Amino acid sequence: MKSGNHHPPRDELLAFLHERQRSNPQNYLCPADLVAAAERFALPVAAVRDAVTFYSMFSLKPRGRHVIRLCESPNCHLAGAWSVLEELRAQLGVGVGGTSPDGLFTLELTSCLGVCGVAPAMMIDEEIYGNLNPPRVREILQAYKEER
Amino acid sequence: MKPARAHVLVGVDDEARLAGADQVLEQLRRALDELGLSQEVQVVETGTLGISGQGVVVAVYPDGVFYGRVTPEVVRRIAEEHLLKGRPVTALRLPTAAPVARPAEVFGRQVRVVLANCGVIDPENIEEYLARGGYEALEKALTTMTPPQVVEEIGRAKLRGRGGAGFPTGLKWAAVRNAPGSPKYVVCNADEGEPGTFKDRLILEGDPHKLVEGMVLAGYAVGARWGVVYIRGEYSLCIARVEKALEQARRYSLLGTNILGTEFSFDVEVRPGAGAYVCGEETALLESLEGKRGWPRIRPPYPVTRGLWGKPTVVNNVETLANVPDIIRRGADWYRTLGTPTSPGTKVYTILGHVVFPGLVEVPMGTTLRTLVYELGGGVRDGRSLKGVLVGGAAGAFLTPEELDTRLDFDSLAERAAVLGSGAVLVLDDTACIVDVLYSVLRFFRHESCGQCVPCRAGTEALVRLASQLMVGSSTGPILDRMVEVAEVMRATSLCPLGQSLLLPLKSALAGFGKEFEAHEQGQPCPHCLRSVRAYA
Ligand SMILES: Cc1cc2nc3c(=O)[nH]c(=O)nc-3n(C[C@H](O)[C@H](O)[C@H](O)COP(=O)(O)O)c2cc1C
Ligand code: SF4
Repeated sequence: MKSGNHHPPRDELLAFLHERQRSNPQNYLCPADLVAAAERFALPVAAVRDAVTFYSMFSLKPRGRHVIRLCESPNCHLAGAWSVLEELRAQLGVGVGGTSPDGLFTLELTSCLGVCGVAPAMMIDEEIYGNLNPPRVREILQAYKEER
Repeated sequence: MKPARAHVLVGVDDEARLAGADQVLEQLRRALDELGLSQEVQVVETGTLGISGQGVVVAVYPDGVFYGRVTPEVVRRIAEEHLLKGRPVTALRLPTAAPVARPAEVFGRQVRVVLANCGVIDPENIEEYLARGGYEALEKALTTMTPPQVVEEIGRAKLRGRGGAGFPTGLKWAAVRNAPGSPKYVVCNADEGEPGTFKDRLILEGDPHKLVEGMVLAGYAVGARWGVVYIRGEYSLCIARVEKALEQARRYSLLGTNILGTEFSFDVEVRPGAGAYVCGEETALLESLEGKRGWPRIRPPYPVTRGLWGKPTVVNNVETLANVPDIIRRGADWYRTLGTPTSPGTKVYTILGHVVFPGLVEVPMGTTLRTLVYELGGGVRDGRSLKGVLVGGAAGAFLTPEELDTRLDFDSLAERAAVLGSGAVLVLDDTACIVDVLYSVLRFFRHESCGQCVPCRAGTEALVRLASQLMVGSSTGPILDRMVEVAEVMRATSLCPLGQSLLLPLKSALAGFGKEFEAHEQGQPCPHCLRSVRAYA
């Protein structure tokens, strides 16, 4: 539906990459994805890679089955995000950027997710979890573990 | 809407979903069915009702009663007691025992233009938007106004950009209209990422057609045929609602080829971002739309002459565009009766932090910070006293209790060397440590510095390091002066406003709360700071 406009469709690149990454069980963009994007949008592979490395939602390295992104911005921080972070670290046995030994979770920090009314908040994949505290974190992780 | 005896509005946004809004809705519909009320009571699934932190919020009209933390069990009781027997369930009303105005009254103190339909209509049903005067502005413009007249009307209304900078929208549109080159584009900036801000999300979730109508009007005014809404990647409900609205508008001939049977054709598509705050900066956003890394461009040239794919482009914030339909429908003269002479209209804020009623409000430009915090926000929580307010997001300014009578509009804030920014109002009570909050702000800048230029990349690193030294008491020498020096260099030499704007929160924090900083500098241990540095180091 371009109403007669003829411009390169590169504005669809990010949506395409999101879709590729979503369908990868390890939550990342593998070399084949970059090649596919390059062909589709008539771009050099290097240009696609360059763009991908810029965005925090994309990864070029395999990640856990689920990606946890905890908000560290001021409002969540005031509401106790620091304690949630400590609990996540302890539960997963990894630091920020790491993947738990069972391959289930990768832990990341993010800026404000725009759900400040339920601070502190995090996203696991595309789901938002709010009003977090250490016991709730344990419950949530447990639910994911049981799911597999 | 069909005539019904009562309307039950259930606010459904991401927060409410989390709290089980879908189950509440299901149970409510079932209960009404069983009680034989489904004809006379209409359930409206809507966007936010403007109250945060209260789980699923349900409002009953015409009574104007709000219920908070509604669960499937509770909603049954509301149906039986309130809707069948006409007795509001006092125990569940919001708030249960707050010492301040009740939300229904708080709600009434607002002036809702942008949010007029949010929490009132079903955002997924175009008919409801139409029933409330939706797309009348578009019809009026296409049938009775020339494009230059639309530009002129927006100019006369003195509408100013709500994305932060307050640039006159009429001038921007005129520049694009008059710029050589075609095609021209309309880009809606919905990359909302300023910490503490979620107004654009709630506008899009609660009334997506308002934005669509605003964009079509912009397209008509500047002579564009295609527009795009760039929505941050995390906002999946938003993306879905806007896409649905676009589809509906096409079906009603309000979008697409030959809109309303006229010669004018215009279409809009949605593009997701992928997690980069700097892409909210308009030139970075355009780079991102072109499939590249979101590095801000060197300006000039400005997007009005060389924007998307090098063509003249309007970039406007969601809230700016959402003001447009009412201005065209009701006229610039009406619009200028709201707000101040130089900043007419209303402003949408997100009030957060240590307040009784966190959430979304819309008030006239020029409303004081005191009104916002104490009346609409319900005052400081738990009977504590106010320490300060961070106004405008991470790139905003810290204001002290002495500055509560500051009027919130572009010019009054500029006089105080502050900014309206994104409209985020973060309230801090006396338990908060300003240094600790500033640390969080600095980490935000470090995280979001795009790395294109050295002063910002190295400066944000240095500031986080200096701040953590200050916090754990390992500083040597006058660390605060060093911090200001770094931020001043960033201000002078950074390529884009991200790097330049860090000086504002730093300087305003030091100006308003200098004693607290000095105490830290002199090595007085602070539990908040120690805890934070340990957690985030
Ligand atoms: C770092 C940075 C982030 C920004 N983020 C946003 C944003 O999320 N949304 C927005 O509308 N404007 C944002 N802006 C402002 C835009 O550059 C631009 O001024 C605005 O979209 C213009 O629209 P307006 O005139 O309707 O305000 C940001 C600016 C900077 C420097
Ligand atoms: S000032 Fe910061 S965000 Fe802006 S271009 Fe430079 S590095 Fe990027």
